[in-house]
Amino acid sequence: MLSKVQQLGRSTISVLERLGRGFLFFIQLIAALPNVVTRAPLLVQQLYSIGVLSFLIIFVSGLFVGMVLGLQGYYTLIDFGAEESLGVMVSLSLVRELGPVVTALLFAGRAGSALTAEIGLMKATEQLSGMEMMAVDPIKRIVAPRFWAGVISMPLLAAIFSAIGVVGGYIVGVGLLGIDAGAFWSQMQSKVDLTEDILNGVIKSIVFGVVVSWIAVYEGYDAIPTSEGVSRATTRTVVHSALAVLALDFMLTALMFGE
Amino acid sequence: MHKKSVEIWVGLFMVVAIAALFFLSMQVSSLNKFSVDSGYTIEASFENVGGLKVRSPVSVSGVKVGRVEAISYDMENFEARVTLLIDNKYDAFPEDTSASIFTSGLLGEQYISLEPGGSDEVLKSGDQIKLVQSAVILEQLIGQFLFSKADE
Repeated sequence: MLSKVQQLGRSTISVLERLGRGFLFFIQLIAALPNVVTRAPLLVQQLYSIGVLSFLIIFVSGLFVGMVLGLQGYYTLIDFGAEESLGVMVSLSLVRELGPVVTALLFAGRAGSALTAEIGLMKATEQLSGMEMMAVDPIKRIVAPRFWAGVISMPLLAAIFSAIGVVGGYIVGVGLLGIDAGAFWSQMQSKVDLTEDILNGVIKSIVFGVVVSWIAVYEGYDAIPTSEGVSRATTRTVVHSALAVLALDFMLTALMFGE
Repeated sequence: MHKKSVEIWVGLFMVVAIAALFFLSMQVSSLNKFSVDSGYTIEASFENVGGLKVRSPVSVSGVKVGRVEAISYDMENFEARVTLLIDNKYDAFPEDTSASIFTSGLLGEQYISLEPGGSDEVLKSGDQIKLVQSAVILEQLIGQFLFSKADE
């Protein structure tokens, strides 16, 4: 009985320790921002492998999500004779929710897992300790550029996702289903607000970018330096990022759009 | 990957992302469309504003000329006081212009429609519209209809 209690206590303490180390790590990443800015080539390289290489999956998913929204929205709205509101429906769902959330989930799968695996493998092959031996701080040199590249890429990818999604909804609604193009755009423009909807969507995607990148680099840096440990860390990155994004999305939505 | 081509790709990525943001703010939201920043305000008191909201459109002959700036309740004459912000372009409405609250479509949002009168005097900033027509409340209409049926 007492050993069970002890087990519970031990796991609680280890979870708290991990959380604490995570926050200290986060502070180190924030503090490394000047180093990242002064060594721009490292950041550009990471922007390429995190941002540019995620572009295609974001582009294609955005297009199809927008097209599906257009199709499904049309079937619902046609019953009320309100199919002209399709543009409003598609753009609001994309800009407020689906753009930031789906981009963050895809980003965690496409870029976050790669970040964890890369940093974890560097740790497992003792490249990070090798750097420390040469008095090079691996956090400033390796981890921080990846983190900040993720933070920068995520809102940009979310904006691309939403814009392409609206175009996808336009292709289906106006091109295939024959909604009037003028009504599609004008209803959208009169209902979508710049600060209320679009700016809040951008803020959401920045928050998600910070959280997903942080989880990814921390899991990699904190991974057990074996092949099994790295594979577990990669799985944890995707699972924890998805959970964090969905839970945070609920809280942010309640804060931003609840009156 | 060559260093130069990496930089070119990152640059292109930035351009596309900024274009997407630009598209969202200009085409999807109403930034480039009618936005009243400089205008003059006129006021109108309604018995009932129904579902009218702040930012609801104000239109004349179906053309949007302004928006609702504020809605408050006036304790002196027990009516709703609505402040309208009208674009400076439209600055010569006659003094006896009337304001009505209409609904766009059967289930649409409510807006204020102005109907210019024939007076030579012009509405100035802060003036009050005297001729008003309140929002039509569907329940009241049904009630009146039922009463008139019951009388027959």
